Amino acid sequence: MLQTRVMPCLLVLDGALVKTVRFKDPHYIGDPINAIRIYNEKEVDELIVLDIGATPGHNGPPFQLLSEITNECFMPMCYGGGIRSVDEIRKIFALGVEKVALNSIAADDPSFVKRVSAEFGRQSIVVSVDARKTGHGYDVFTRGGRQPTGEEVVAYARRMESLGAGELLLTSIDRDGTMEGFDVELVRSVTACVRIPVIACGGAGSLKDIKTVVHQGKASAAALGSLAVFHGQNRAVLIGFPRRTDLVRLLEEVSA
Amino acid sequence: MIVIINYGMGNVGSVLNMVQKVGAEVVVSSDPQVIKESDKLILPGVGAFDQGMQNLEELHLRELLQERVIQKKTPILGICLGLQLFTRRSEEGSRAGLGWLAANTLRFQLERSSEPLRTPHMGWNTVRPVREDSLLKGLEKENRFYFVHSYHLACEDATDVIGKTLYGYEFDSVIRRGNIMGTQFHPEKSHRFGMQLLKNFVRDV
Repeated sequence: MLQTRVMPCLLVLDGALVKTVRFKDPHYIGDPINAIRIYNEKEVDELIVLDIGATPGHNGPPFQLLSEITNECFMPMCYGGGIRSVDEIRKIFALGVEKVALNSIAADDPSFVKRVSAEFGRQSIVVSVDARKTGHGYDVFTRGGRQPTGEEVVAYARRMESLGAGELLLTSIDRDGTMEGFDVELVRSVTACVRIPVIACGGAGSLKDIKTVVHQGKASAAALGSLAVFHGQNRAVLIGFPRRTDLVRLLEEVSA
Repeated sequence: MIVIINYGMGNVGSVLNMVQKVGAEVVVSSDPQVIKESDKLILPGVGAFDQGMQNLEELHLRELLQERVIQKKTPILGICLGLQLFTRRSEEGSRAGLGWLAANTLRFQLERSSEPLRTPHMGWNTVRPVREDSLLKGLEKENRFYFVHSYHLACEDATDVIGKTLYGYEFDSVIRRGNIMGTQFHPEKSHRFGMQLLKNFVRDV
Protein backbone atom coordinates (compact mmCIF):
# COMPACT_ATOMS: atom_id res chain seq x y z
CA MET A 1 0.00 0.00 0.00
CA LEU A 2 2.37 2.62 -1.21
CA GLN A 3 0.50 5.86 -1.13
CA THR A 4 1.36 9.44 -1.82
CA ARG A 5 2.47 11.03 1.41
CA VAL A 6 1.59 14.57 2.44
CA MET A 7 3.51 16.03 5.34
CA PRO A 8 4.20 19.28 7.16
CA CYS A 9 7.68 20.75 6.75
CA LEU A 10 8.38 22.76 9.88
CA LEU A 11 11.18 25.29 10.19
CA VAL A 12 12.77 26.04 13.53
CA LEU A 13 15.16 28.85 14.41
CA ASP A 14 16.61 29.30 17.90
CA GLY A 15 14.07 26.81 19.23
CA ALA A 16 11.03 28.61 17.83
CA LEU A 17 8.78 27.61 14.98
CA VAL A 18 9.12 30.07 12.09
CA LYS A 19 8.07 30.40 8.47
CA THR A 20 10.10 32.06 5.72
CA VAL A 21 9.27 33.54 2.33
CA ARG A 22 11.79 32.62 -0.38
CA PHE A 23 14.10 31.52 2.45
CA LYS A 24 14.05 35.03 3.98
CA ASP A 25 12.28 36.94 6.75
CA PRO A 26 11.61 34.16 9.26
CA HIS A 27 8.24 34.97 10.76
CA TYR A 28 7.61 33.75 14.31
CA ILE A 29 4.82 31.16 14.45
CA GLY A 30 5.02 29.69 17.93
CA ASP A 31 6.15 26.70 19.90
CA PRO A 32 7.17 23.66 17.83
CA ILE A 33 6.02 21.19 20.49
CA ASN A 34 2.54 22.66 20.45
CA ALA A 35 2.45 22.31 16.66
CA ILE A 36 3.49 18.68 16.89
CA ARG A 37 0.70 17.91 19.34
CA ILE A 38 -1.76 19.32 16.81
CA TYR A 39 -0.27 17.21 13.99
CA ASN A 40 -0.67 14.16 16.24
CA GLU A 41 -4.37 14.95 16.46
CA LYS A 42 -4.54 15.37 12.69
CA GLU A 43 -2.87 11.97 12.15
CA VAL A 44 -0.24 13.32 9.83
CA ASP A 45 1.72 10.63 7.89
CA GLU A 46 5.15 11.94 8.62
CA LEU A 47 6.86 15.12 9.74
CA ILE A 48 9.89 17.06 8.52
CA VAL A 49 11.66 19.43 10.92
CA LEU A 50 14.46 21.65 9.62
CA ASP A 51 16.58 23.90 11.80
CA ILE A 52 17.35 26.77 9.41
CA GLY A 53 19.83 28.39 11.79
CA ALA A 54 21.94 25.31 12.49
CA THR A 55 24.30 25.55 9.52
CA PRO A 56 24.48 29.34 9.03
CA GLY A 57 24.95 29.85 12.78
CA HIS A 58 27.44 26.95 13.10
CA ASN A 59 25.29 25.61 15.93
CA GLY A 60 24.94 22.00 14.90
CA PRO A 61 21.69 20.08 15.42
CA PRO A 62 19.55 21.16 18.43
CA PHE A 63 19.66 17.85 20.33
CA GLN A 64 17.70 19.06 23.34
CA LEU A 65 14.85 20.35 21.17
CA LEU A 66 14.89 17.14 19.10
CA SER A 67 14.56 15.09 22.23
CA GLU A 68 11.56 17.17 23.33
CA ILE A 69 10.02 16.82 19.89
CA THR A 70 10.45 13.04 19.56
CA ASN A 71 8.96 12.52 23.00
CA GLU A 72 5.75 14.15 21.76
CA CYS A 73 5.81 12.95 18.19
CA PHE A 74 3.51 9.97 17.55
CA MET A 75 4.50 9.76 13.90
CA PRO A 76 7.72 9.14 11.99
CA MET A 77 9.99 12.12 11.60
CA CYS A 78 12.83 13.44 9.45
CA TYR A 79 15.28 16.03 10.81
CA GLY A 80 17.62 18.32 8.86
CA GLY A 81 19.93 21.22 9.72
CA GLY A 82 23.57 21.56 10.70
CA ILE A 83 24.50 17.88 10.42
CA ARG A 84 28.25 17.48 9.81
CA SER A 85 29.25 14.11 11.26
CA VAL A 86 28.37 10.43 11.53
CA ASP A 87 28.25 10.75 15.31
CA GLU A 88 25.63 13.49 15.09
CA ILE A 89 23.47 11.26 12.90
CA ARG A 90 23.85 8.35 15.31
CA LYS A 91 22.83 10.61 18.18
CA ILE A 92 19.79 11.89 16.25
CA PHE A 93 18.60 8.34 15.50
CA ALA A 94 19.10 7.38 19.14
CA LEU A 95 16.68 10.18 20.05
CA GLY A 96 13.95 8.43 18.06
CA VAL A 97 14.16 10.25 14.73
CA GLU A 98 13.71 7.95 11.69
CA LYS A 99 15.44 9.94 8.93
CA VAL A 100 17.95 12.74 8.53
CA ALA A 101 18.05 15.32 5.74
CA LEU A 102 21.49 16.36 4.52
CA ASN A 103 21.91 19.59 2.61
CA SER A 104 25.12 21.67 2.88
CA ILE A 105 27.26 18.68 3.91
CA ALA A 106 26.05 16.70 0.87
CA ALA A 107 27.29 19.43 -1.46
CA ASP A 108 30.53 20.06 0.46
CA ASP A 109 31.45 16.40 0.81
CA PRO A 110 29.41 14.08 -1.42
CA SER A 111 31.34 11.05 -0.10
CA PHE A 112 29.62 11.69 3.24
CA VAL A 113 26.29 10.70 1.66
CA LYS A 114 27.82 7.45 0.49
CA ARG A 115 29.38 6.75 3.88
CA VAL A 116 26.26 7.35 5.94
CA SER A 117 23.89 5.58 3.60
CA ALA A 118 26.14 2.51 3.83
CA GLU A 119 26.25 2.80 7.60
CA PHE A 120 22.63 3.59 8.42
CA GLY A 121 20.81 2.34 5.32
CA ARG A 122 19.63 4.51 2.47
CA GLN A 123 16.03 4.54 3.70
CA SER A 124 17.10 6.83 6.52
CA ILE A 125 19.15 9.25 4.43
CA VAL A 126 17.29 12.08 2.69
CA VAL A 127 19.25 14.57 0.62
CA SER A 128 17.70 18.00 0.76
CA VAL A 129 18.13 19.96 -2.46
CA ASP A 130 17.36 23.66 -2.52
CA ALA A 131 16.98 24.88 -6.10
CA ARG A 132 16.56 28.33 -7.61
CA LYS A 133 15.77 29.29 -11.17
CA THR A 134 18.69 30.90 -12.97
CA GLY A 135 19.14 32.14 -16.55
CA HIS A 136 19.78 28.67 -17.91
CA GLY A 137 17.72 26.37 -15.67
CA TYR A 138 17.79 25.45 -11.98
CA ASP A 139 20.87 25.57 -9.77
CA VAL A 140 21.46 24.08 -6.35
CA PHE A 141 22.11 26.38 -3.39
CA THR A 142 23.28 25.52 0.12
CA ARG A 143 23.54 27.23 3.52
CA GLY A 144 19.89 28.16 3.58
CA GLY A 145 19.91 29.35 -0.03
CA ARG A 146 22.80 31.73 0.56
CA GLN A 147 25.53 29.90 -1.31
CA PRO A 148 25.43 28.89 -4.98
CA THR A 149 27.08 25.58 -5.77
CA GLY A 150 27.10 26.18 -9.51
CA GLU A 151 25.58 22.73 -9.96
CA GLU A 152 22.59 22.07 -12.14
CA VAL A 153 19.74 20.43 -10.23
CA VAL A 154 19.10 17.31 -12.33
CA ALA A 155 22.75 16.29 -12.53
CA TYR A 156 23.08 16.93 -8.81
CA ALA A 157 19.98 14.89 -7.97
CA ARG A 158 21.21 11.97 -10.04
CA ARG A 159 24.59 12.11 -8.37
CA MET A 160 23.00 12.08 -4.91
CA GLU A 161 20.89 9.10 -5.91
CA SER A 162 23.94 7.20 -7.10
CA LEU A 163 25.76 8.03 -3.84
CA GLY A 164 23.01 6.40 -1.83
CA ALA A 165 20.36 8.99 -1.02
CA GLY A 166 17.14 7.15 -0.19
CA GLU A 167 14.92 10.09 -0.92
CA LEU A 168 15.19 13.67 -2.14
CA LEU A 169 13.55 16.64 -0.46
CA LEU A 170 13.37 19.06 -3.39
CA THR A 171 12.62 22.64 -2.39
CA SER A 172 11.99 25.55 -4.72
CA ILE A 173 13.58 28.60 -3.11
CA ASP A 174 11.56 30.88 -5.42
CA ARG A 175 8.24 29.40 -4.30
CA ASP A 176 9.01 28.95 -0.57
CA GLY A 177 6.33 30.66 1.51
CA THR A 178 4.58 32.18 -1.50
CA MET A 179 1.65 29.73 -1.59
CA GLU A 180 1.61 30.22 -5.37
CA GLY A 181 1.81 26.51 -6.13
CA PHE A 182 4.71 24.10 -6.50
CA ASP A 183 7.27 24.63 -9.24
CA VAL A 184 5.98 21.69 -11.25
CA GLU A 185 8.57 22.16 -13.99
CA LEU A 186 11.38 21.83 -11.45
CA VAL A 187 9.81 18.79 -9.80
CA ARG A 188 9.08 17.08 -13.12
CA SER A 189 12.63 17.64 -14.38
CA VAL A 190 14.00 15.80 -11.33
CA THR A 191 11.41 13.02 -11.03
CA ALA A 192 11.93 12.20 -14.72
CA CYS A 193 15.59 11.43 -14.06
CA VAL A 194 15.74 9.64 -10.69
CA ARG A 195 14.09 6.48 -9.35
CA ILE A 196 14.13 7.35 -5.65
CA PRO A 197 11.12 9.13 -4.10
CA VAL A 198 11.03 12.90 -4.45
CA ILE A 199 9.28 15.02 -1.83
CA ALA A 200 8.22 18.27 -3.44
CA CYS A 201 8.46 21.33 -1.21
CA GLY A 202 7.89 25.05 -1.68
CA GLY A 203 4.77 26.82 -2.85
CA ALA A 204 1.84 24.70 -1.66
CA GLY A 205 -1.14 27.00 -1.20
CA SER A 206 -4.11 24.68 -1.72
CA LEU A 207 -5.21 21.08 -2.08
CA LYS A 208 -5.25 21.60 -5.83
CA ASP A 209 -1.52 22.39 -5.76
CA ILE A 210 -0.84 19.05 -4.08
CA LYS A 211 -2.82 17.25 -6.75
CA THR A 212 -0.97 19.07 -9.52
CA VAL A 213 2.52 18.32 -8.20
CA VAL A 214 1.66 14.64 -7.79
CA HIS A 215 -0.18 14.32 -11.09
CA GLN A 216 2.02 16.45 -13.34
CA GLY A 217 5.20 16.68 -11.33
CA LYS A 218 5.17 12.95 -10.49
CA ALA A 219 6.21 13.73 -6.92
CA SER A 220 6.06 10.80 -4.47
CA ALA A 221 5.20 13.13 -1.63
CA ALA A 222 4.27 16.74 -0.99
CA ALA A 223 5.58 18.83 1.88
CA LEU A 224 3.50 21.71 3.18
CA GLY A 225 5.05 24.75 4.86
CA SER A 226 2.76 27.80 4.97
CA LEU A 227 -0.31 25.64 4.41
CA ALA A 228 0.44 23.80 7.66
CA VAL A 229 0.89 26.95 9.79
CA PHE A 230 -1.22 29.70 8.24
CA HIS A 231 -4.89 30.11 7.54
CA GLY A 232 -6.49 32.36 4.95
CA GLN A 233 -5.15 35.08 2.69
CA ASN A 234 -3.95 37.24 5.56
CA ARG A 235 -1.71 34.44 6.74
CA ALA A 236 -3.16 34.28 10.23
CA VAL A 237 -1.19 31.80 12.31
CA LEU A 238 -3.19 28.60 12.65
CA ILE A 239 -1.49 25.24 12.96
CA GLY A 240 -3.54 22.85 10.88
CA PHE A 241 -3.51 20.26 8.19
CA PRO A 242 -5.81 19.08 5.41
CA ARG A 243 -8.19 16.35 6.56
CA ARG A 244 -7.05 12.85 5.79
CA THR A 245 -10.31 11.97 4.07
CA ASP A 246 -9.91 15.00 1.78
CA LEU A 247 -6.34 14.01 0.92
CA VAL A 248 -7.33 10.42 0.23
CA ARG A 249 -10.14 11.56 -2.08
CA LEU A 250 -7.86 14.06 -3.80
CA LEU A 251 -5.07 11.57 -4.42
CA GLU A 252 -7.44 8.80 -5.51
CA GLU A 253 -8.57 11.14 -8.25
CA VAL A 254 -4.95 11.40 -9.34
CA SER A 255 -4.45 7.66 -9.63
CA ALA A 256 -7.87 7.07 -11.22
CA MET B 1 2.49 -0.06 37.42
CA ILE B 2 3.79 -0.62 33.89
CA VAL B 3 7.56 -0.59 33.41
CA ILE B 4 9.15 0.28 30.09
CA ILE B 5 12.51 -1.47 30.13
CA ASN B 6 15.33 0.89 29.33
CA TYR B 7 18.27 -1.14 28.04
CA GLY B 8 19.96 1.44 25.83
CA MET B 9 18.28 0.47 22.56
CA GLY B 10 16.83 3.74 21.32
CA ASN B 11 14.64 6.46 22.70
CA VAL B 12 11.66 5.34 24.73
CA GLY B 13 10.21 8.84 25.19
CA SER B 14 7.39 8.46 22.70
CA VAL B 15 6.42 5.03 24.11
CA LEU B 16 6.30 6.55 27.58
CA ASN B 17 4.21 9.48 26.42
CA MET B 18 1.73 7.36 24.55
CA VAL B 19 1.25 4.93 27.45
CA GLN B 20 0.72 7.90 29.78
CA LYS B 21 -1.78 9.30 27.32
CA VAL B 22 -3.93 6.18 27.51
CA GLY B 23 -4.07 6.72 31.25
CA ALA B 24 -1.70 4.18 32.72
CA GLU B 25 0.80 4.55 35.52
CA VAL B 26 4.12 3.95 33.85
CA VAL B 27 7.85 4.40 34.46
CA VAL B 28 10.99 3.87 32.41
CA SER B 29 13.58 1.83 34.25
CA SER B 30 16.40 -0.69 34.12
CA ASP B 31 16.36 -1.17 37.90
CA PRO B 32 15.74 -4.85 38.77
CA GLN B 33 13.81 -3.86 41.90
CA VAL B 34 11.40 -1.69 39.89
CA ILE B 35 10.98 -4.39 37.26
CA LYS B 36 10.24 -6.96 40.00
CA GLU B 37 7.35 -4.87 41.27
CA SER B 38 5.77 -4.23 37.87
CA ASP B 39 2.34 -5.45 36.80
CA LYS B 40 3.16 -5.28 33.11
CA LEU B 41 6.30 -4.82 31.05
CA ILE B 42 7.13 -3.23 27.73
CA LEU B 43 10.35 -4.11 25.90
CA PRO B 44 10.88 -1.56 23.12
CA GLY B 45 13.99 -1.35 21.00
CA VAL B 46 15.62 -0.13 17.84
CA GLY B 47 18.97 -1.50 16.72
CA ALA B 48 20.86 -4.74 16.26
CA PHE B 49 19.81 -8.10 17.75
CA ASP B 50 23.17 -8.99 19.32
CA GLN B 51 23.55 -5.55 20.87
CA GLY B 52 20.08 -5.85 22.39
CA MET B 53 20.85 -9.23 23.97
CA GLN B 54 24.24 -8.03 25.16
CA ASN B 55 22.70 -4.99 26.83
CA LEU B 56 20.06 -7.11 28.59
CA GLU B 57 22.78 -9.41 29.89
CA GLU B 58 25.05 -6.60 31.03
CA LEU B 59 22.19 -5.07 32.97
CA HIS B 60 21.52 -8.52 34.55
CA LEU B 61 18.00 -8.42 33.17
CA ARG B 62 17.99 -11.69 31.29
CA GLU B 63 17.34 -14.00 34.26
CA LEU B 64 15.03 -11.50 35.88
CA LEU B 65 12.89 -11.22 32.75
CA GLN B 66 12.85 -14.99 32.43
CA GLU B 67 11.52 -15.24 35.98
CA ARG B 68 8.94 -12.47 35.57
CA VAL B 69 7.63 -13.52 32.17
CA ILE B 70 7.94 -17.32 32.24
CA GLN B 71 7.40 -18.18 35.92
CA LYS B 72 5.24 -15.27 37.13
CA LYS B 73 3.40 -14.80 33.82
CA THR B 74 3.74 -11.02 33.89
CA PRO B 75 2.25 -9.65 30.65
CA ILE B 76 4.95 -8.25 28.36
CA LEU B 77 4.73 -6.36 25.08
CA GLY B 78 7.75 -6.40 22.79
CA ILE B 79 8.03 -3.69 20.18
CA CYS B 80 10.07 -4.19 16.99
CA LEU B 81 13.53 -5.39 18.13
CA GLY B 82 12.02 -6.01 21.57
CA LEU B 83 9.69 -8.58 20.01
CA GLN B 84 12.47 -10.15 17.94
CA LEU B 85 14.47 -10.77 21.13
CA PHE B 86 11.65 -13.12 22.28
CA THR B 87 12.67 -15.57 19.53
CA ARG B 88 15.36 -18.26 19.72
CA ARG B 89 17.72 -16.60 17.29
CA SER B 90 17.99 -14.06 14.49
CA GLU B 91 19.63 -14.12 11.08
CA GLU B 92 20.91 -10.67 12.02
CA GLY B 93 23.25 -11.91 14.71
CA SER B 94 24.89 -14.84 16.42
CA ARG B 95 23.72 -14.53 20.02
CA ALA B 96 20.88 -16.64 21.39
CA GLY B 97 17.62 -14.79 21.91
CA LEU B 98 15.34 -15.11 24.93
CA GLY B 99 13.73 -18.15 23.31
CA TRP B 100 10.24 -17.58 24.71
CA LEU B 101 8.57 -18.26 21.37
CA ALA B 102 8.95 -21.23 19.04
CA ALA B 103 10.12 -18.79 16.41
CA ASN B 104 13.17 -17.39 14.68
CA THR B 105 13.85 -13.93 13.30
CA LEU B 106 14.52 -14.01 9.57
CA ARG B 107 15.81 -11.55 7.02
CA PHE B 108 13.24 -10.38 4.44
CA GLN B 109 13.52 -12.51 1.31
CA LEU B 110 12.34 -10.14 -1.39
CA GLU B 111 14.50 -11.27 -4.29
CA ARG B 112 11.70 -13.28 -5.80
CA SER B 113 8.95 -10.75 -5.22
CA SER B 114 7.30 -9.45 -8.36
CA GLU B 115 7.33 -5.83 -7.22
CA PRO B 116 10.60 -3.94 -6.78
CA LEU B 117 10.55 -4.00 -2.98
CA ARG B 118 13.44 -2.99 -0.79
CA THR B 119 14.48 -3.61 2.77
CA PRO B 120 14.03 -2.23 5.25
CA HIS B 121 10.29 -2.34 5.08
CA MET B 122 9.80 1.28 6.11
CA GLY B 123 6.50 3.10 6.11
CA TRP B 124 2.81 2.73 6.87
CA ASN B 125 1.19 -0.62 6.36
CA THR B 126 -1.83 -2.56 7.62
CA VAL B 127 -2.27 -5.60 9.82
CA ARG B 128 -4.67 -8.38 8.89
CA PRO B 129 -5.97 -9.93 12.10
CA VAL B 130 -5.92 -13.71 11.77
CA ARG B 131 -7.41 -14.52 15.17
CA GLU B 132 -9.70 -12.68 17.52
CA ASP B 133 -7.68 -11.26 20.39
CA SER B 134 -8.14 -8.53 22.98
CA LEU B 135 -4.82 -6.96 21.94
CA LEU B 136 -6.33 -6.11 18.53
CA LYS B 137 -9.70 -5.00 19.86
CA GLY B 138 -11.11 -2.11 17.84
CA LEU B 139 -8.47 -2.56 15.16
CA GLU B 140 -10.17 -5.32 13.18
CA LYS B 141 -11.82 -3.19 10.51
CA GLU B 142 -9.36 -0.36 9.99
CA ASN B 143 -5.75 0.02 11.02
CA ARG B 144 -2.53 1.64 9.88
CA PHE B 145 0.84 1.15 11.55
CA TYR B 146 4.36 2.44 11.03
CA PHE B 147 7.03 -0.18 10.30
CA VAL B 148 10.84 0.08 10.08
CA HIS B 149 12.60 -3.30 9.92
CA SER B 150 14.71 -5.60 7.76
CA TYR B 151 13.98 -8.77 9.77
CA HIS B 152 10.70 -10.35 10.82
CA LEU B 153 9.40 -13.19 12.96
CA ALA B 154 8.58 -16.63 11.61
CA CYS B 155 6.52 -18.52 14.20
CA GLU B 156 6.37 -22.30 14.13
CA ASP B 157 3.17 -22.40 16.15
CA ALA B 158 0.52 -20.70 14.02
CA THR B 159 -1.65 -20.08 17.09
CA ASP B 160 0.98 -17.61 18.38
CA VAL B 161 0.23 -15.28 15.46
CA ILE B 162 -2.72 -12.89 15.74
CA GLY B 163 -1.86 -10.48 12.91
CA LYS B 164 -0.08 -10.62 9.58
CA THR B 165 1.24 -7.95 7.24
CA LEU B 166 1.90 -8.04 3.51
CA TYR B 167 5.24 -6.82 2.21
CA GLY B 168 6.32 -8.94 -0.72
CA TYR B 169 4.74 -11.81 1.22
CA GLU B 170 2.77 -12.07 4.44
CA PHE B 171 4.86 -12.12 7.59
CA ASP B 172 3.93 -12.44 11.28
CA SER B 173 3.46 -8.89 12.57
CA VAL B 174 1.45 -9.27 15.80
CA ILE B 175 2.15 -12.05 18.26
CA ARG B 176 0.29 -13.36 21.29
CA ARG B 177 1.19 -16.40 23.33
CA GLY B 178 -0.64 -16.00 26.62
CA ASN B 179 1.15 -13.24 28.53
CA ILE B 180 3.77 -12.80 25.80
CA MET B 181 2.81 -10.24 23.16
CA GLY B 182 4.56 -8.20 20.55
CA THR B 183 4.28 -6.03 17.48
CA GLN B 184 6.75 -5.72 14.64
CA PHE B 185 5.55 -2.16 14.01
CA HIS B 186 5.91 0.87 16.25
CA PRO B 187 2.61 1.63 18.02
CA GLU B 188 4.21 4.77 19.47
CA LYS B 189 4.60 6.14 15.92
CA SER B 190 1.18 5.05 14.71
CA HIS B 191 -1.24 7.68 16.00
CA ARG B 192 -4.64 6.53 17.23
CA PHE B 193 -4.17 2.98 15.96
CA GLY B 194 -1.01 2.56 18.00
CA MET B 195 -2.72 4.23 20.93
CA GLN B 196 -5.64 1.81 20.69
CA LEU B 197 -3.25 -1.14 20.77
CA LEU B 198 -1.41 0.22 23.80
CA LYS B 199 -4.73 0.93 25.47
CA ASN B 200 -5.73 -2.71 24.87
CA PHE B 201 -2.44 -3.84 26.39
CA VAL B 202 -2.90 -1.59 29.41
CA ARG B 203 -6.56 -2.43 30.08
CA ASP B 204 -7.64 -5.66 28.48
CA VAL B 205 -4.92 -8.25 28.48
